[in-house]
Amino acid sequence: MIFNEKFECMDRGQLRALQGERLRDAACRAYENVPLYKKLFAEKGVTPDDIQSIDDITKLPFTVKDDFRDAYPFNMFAVPQREIVRVHASSGTTGKPTVVGYTRRDIALWAETCARTLGCGGGTPEDVVQIAYGYGLFTGGLGMHNGGEALGAMVIPMSGGNSKKQLMLMQDFGTTLLCCTPSYSLLLAEVAEEEGIDFKQLKLKTGFFGAEPWTEAMRLQIEERLNLKALDIYGLSEVIGPGVASECLEQHGLHVFEDHFYPEIINPETGEPAAPGEKGELVFTCLTKEAIPLIRYRTRDITSLEEAVCACGRTSRRMARVTGRTDDMLIIRGVNVFPSQIESVLMKVEGTEPHYLIVVDKSGAMDELEIKVEVSPEIFSDEVRQLEDLKKRINVEMASVLGLHAKITLVEPKSIERSMGKAKRVIDARDMA
Amino acid sequence: MKVKQISVFLENRKGRLAGITRLLGDAGVNIRALSLADTSDFGILRLIVNDAESALALLKKAEYTVSLTDVVAIEVPDSPGGLADVLDAFQNAGMNVEYLYAFVEKAGDKAVVVFRFEDVEKALLVLSDIGVNALTAEQVYSL
Repeated sequence: MIFNEKFECMDRGQLRALQGERLRDAACRAYENVPLYKKLFAEKGVTPDDIQSIDDITKLPFTVKDDFRDAYPFNMFAVPQREIVRVHASSGTTGKPTVVGYTRRDIALWAETCARTLGCGGGTPEDVVQIAYGYGLFTGGLGMHNGGEALGAMVIPMSGGNSKKQLMLMQDFGTTLLCCTPSYSLLLAEVAEEEGIDFKQLKLKTGFFGAEPWTEAMRLQIEERLNLKALDIYGLSEVIGPGVASECLEQHGLHVFEDHFYPEIINPETGEPAAPGEKGELVFTCLTKEAIPLIRYRTRDITSLEEAVCACGRTSRRMARVTGRTDDMLIIRGVNVFPSQIESVLMKVEGTEPHYLIVVDKSGAMDELEIKVEVSPEIFSDEVRQLEDLKKRINVEMASVLGLHAKITLVEPKSIERSMGKAKRVIDARDMA
Repeated sequence: MKVKQISVFLENRKGRLAGITRLLGDAGVNIRALSLADTSDFGILRLIVNDAESALALLKKAEYTVSLTDVVAIEVPDSPGGLADVLDAFQNAGMNVEYLYAFVEKAGDKAVVVFRFEDVEKALLVLSDIGVNALTAEQVYSL
């Protein structure tokens, strides 16, 4: 169902007028209340009065992740602390975490956009939503939880981990919608197979998978193994959390809820707007959020935007699946390599499970790329020749897609660490030298 | 007259082979014959044991990648040219031996050779044409 038809299906001309008004308001609130913006606007020689329409957005300055670090913990907030009713924070693997705050209205907005997300996947008040994203400072669990309640569905706040119990509740409570990371869904499939649970006997209809990069090939595998429709959802805590964009059942790009979160694509090198449909770095402006009226935030995610109206009836622009990040791109012997490319090659070579580890190291002055691939029972042969052939096929395919040679090593199943949350796929040993 | 052989995928890492044989030994599985094919980064261990089904279940439970393969075991005279006669017959029939390994019976007068063919049924026909009997599973398991 379309949760908010008025806004999700709004005439594009009307939508742009609304975005223009909202942008001017957001720019004012940011400029007046957050010293960082006063400084950034001044550096660009721009004031909120320069914003007459949504097209003027390119006059505004960019913000980046480091701005949040410098503002730690609360200096990005545009409202007094007594108006903040919730904080979340991203995992700070390097240094301090990124802290975000929400007013009561922000929480309601967030619940709505997460409800829209569930609606995109066919969710209705009749549904049973199992939230297997982590609860806590991470936005995934509580965000989708509030969305499920706003939709009027029955929410199971299971949180991440405890796979056997996840499966038991799916069976006993009749879960129809599943929210978790794509790699965790495959772990659930593995555990179900070990426990002799058949997904065909369950009531699952749709899975809402996000919080880590995944591929079309992985989608096919998830849909087959979990017997559901697997949708890609997108969000980040700096913007709001999950509920920024979601695929609909057409599975042709993710509808950006752009009456609240305005997307742009820029050239990551120059900062200039990319041509329509061109790939580049995704940038978001929060038009309506009170606590953090985020202006032109550079997500570092690489994608493109599609303007054509979707068959589902929603008029919002759709972003393509994120194919990489400006910062997880590996540069190996001068060649740009995204882990997502490696994953899609492995999936393409028939039968290979997407359990792999990319190891980049130096041999003398040369970068060496090694890809460790688990040998599943499906691809195992007791003849050396067959396994060597498999290696060769992966090798040839890798070379043609990546444009460089990789050493393929076959390893025993389960020898690569399984994740409950985000998958660790890359070890760059060059950093440690 | 086919014999069940267990194949296990092994990384070339310290202690992998010891781990498997200990696991089987502790469960009372007796290894009748084995061969290890190795490459620079992995190996395939092939085993014939007294109880293939339970060994297979045991290894699967321990999360090894395993498969069950039909092989043919024959006795060849433990004398010069004994194996060559058999191989000639396969060559004349246009059959390719995927791999083979041999061991000597405890009694000592005959050698047992284990063959892996793409087409096991056809191999058995070739053997019966030249009057060589393939060993039954029970015979091999109780060697």
